[in-house]
Amino acid sequence: MMHTGAKRTLLGAIALAIMVSLFSSYFNRYYRDVAIDVAINIVLAVSLNLINGHTGQFSLGHAGFMAVGGYIAAKITLVYGPAIPVWAQSLLFLGALFAGGLVAAGAGLAVGVPSLRLRGDYLAIVTLGFGEIIRVIFQTSETFGAATGLVAIPKWTTLAWGFGAAAVTVYVVACLVNSTYGRGFIAVHDDEIAAGAMGINPVRYKVTAFVTGAFFAGVAGGLYAHHKTTLTPTGFDFMKSIDIVVMVILGGMGNTAGVIAAAVILTAVQEPLRALGPLRMVVFALLIIVLMMLRPQGLFSFRKKGGAKA
Amino acid sequence: MEFLQQLVNGLALGSIYALIALGYTMVYGVLRFINFAHSDVLMLGAYSAYFLAPAMGRIFGQQSIPGALVIIVIAAAICAIIGVLIEFLAYRPLRQRPKLTVLITAIGVSLLIEFSCQHGAVFGADTKSFPKLLPARQLSIAGVNVGSNDLIVLLLTAVLLAGMWFLVQRTKMGMAIRAVSFNEKAAALMGVNVNRVISCTFAIGSALAAVAGIFYAMRAPGIDPLMGVQPGLRAFIAAVLGGIGNLPGAALGGLLLGVLETVAGGIPGVSNYRDGIAFAILILILLFRPAGLLGKATIEKV
Repeated sequence: MMHTGAKRTLLGAIALAIMVSLFSSYFNRYYRDVAIDVAINIVLAVSLNLINGHTGQFSLGHAGFMAVGGYIAAKITLVYGPAIPVWAQSLLFLGALFAGGLVAAGAGLAVGVPSLRLRGDYLAIVTLGFGEIIRVIFQTSETFGAATGLVAIPKWTTLAWGFGAAAVTVYVVACLVNSTYGRGFIAVHDDEIAAGAMGINPVRYKVTAFVTGAFFAGVAGGLYAHHKTTLTPTGFDFMKSIDIVVMVILGGMGNTAGVIAAAVILTAVQEPLRALGPLRMVVFALLIIVLMMLRPQGLFSFRKKGGAKA
Repeated sequence: MEFLQQLVNGLALGSIYALIALGYTMVYGVLRFINFAHSDVLMLGAYSAYFLAPAMGRIFGQQSIPGALVIIVIAAAICAIIGVLIEFLAYRPLRQRPKLTVLITAIGVSLLIEFSCQHGAVFGADTKSFPKLLPARQLSIAGVNVGSNDLIVLLLTAVLLAGMWFLVQRTKMGMAIRAVSFNEKAAALMGVNVNRVISCTFAIGSALAAVAGIFYAMRAPGIDPLMGVQPGLRAFIAAVLGGIGNLPGAALGGLLLGVLETVAGGIPGVSNYRDGIAFAILILILLFRPAGLLGKATIEKV
């Protein structure tokens, strides 16, 4: 499996996040919030990379799974939060994040099984539609605040929670992909039929990647909900999914370090980009097309993966 | 009577889906990928009609049938050119690349069209009210109320579908299209100009999308740069329902989906989840008959 070095790195990263978090009250509020955004986007991009990059399937519904996780986690803390003592808040938050992730993973299973049994390109359109349906469900459901969404969610996401989750995500995805089992993802990515002939069950691998990715998207949604303190159904539209897709493509599909770098950079420049208004998406669209033509391996991938495939 | 009424409405909506689905399924047939930008070509068709309508109204008289036909023909021609250009500029350079690369590029092209059109200098993001191309009358046939526009949509779709059948089954280009979708390499060896066939496929599909976009705009409250997304998704589902790559399947799937959506949308309680019906159908078809209603299951080889 993974060398102990990776585990040490993980523990180190979490410890560092907690320590930095202790001093977070000294930081500029704005930069602290951006840093938490960075952490959440790392979770989203790395988990999407497992699906889009390592396994070679294309999902456009990451924001949908994020919405599921966010709504579930926020509902749990809103209902049980006021009733529990302060010391138990962290436990409740952890539980809420987990619950959000699990429900998102369940949604991933429901979407993934029918579409992943077939050719990969169905997934893009099914997940695109799924994102829309999720929005309609939250928009009509009174339990989840209908069109107004959920408000006054406790602001519990700290730097430690954010970067802790990011470290765990990176660790799990790295261990999964680098394990003996995980070679299967890359085999499915390279050639599904050949992988099947070698005794790898492509459907099971694709569904595993998809459900794992959905779980972490749900966790990221929970963190996001307790960071922004409000959730609206329109916040998780198609554009949000595209933001994450761009991070993965820019960083290089299947290149975890590159994707983390892309997530950090794109989050850091989100304010100047916002000034562009609708042009921001035009820039993203051009970026996608140009990258696919000139550098389909992404900006930060330098080693050429063996075996050119038609 | 209630049911017959819904059936007519559903058929009118379904024929629009069918026209769009033909474009998806034709491109899928020859290139084996989902042309995400197809739904935006539909939007461009509606906008072409929006800008043409005042001028044509002056020449042929407001809301006249020749005027409407000329608008539809010109819009279809504009979109055919746009479709060919999209293929030439974005997809052709990637022909030999992995399919995922082409799929992502197609998504990029779709986003590019949608968001550049939302810019104030192009169309603007606001909803514009679509001009009345034809006088809308309510006809009563055997107790069923039919809008004259719905009737025209049904008639024109029937004509276009018959034309498509003739084109694909009875002309040389149609034979070439079938040959390329059956086996591209073998077709090339037999002297078929594959590039020209692919361009032609995009031209036909985009022209049909333009017509569908105009029909859709006539029923919708207004047009905006994202108007193509919803009918585009439905039409894709219709293509899968009928069997993707299969032309009669696309027509059947479109009509069926339109009727199912309209009839189910009329049931109280279900109507809130109208948007979900199409996707429920897609999930069911993928689970139980992934090749679609008319499609044949194919085995891929390494």
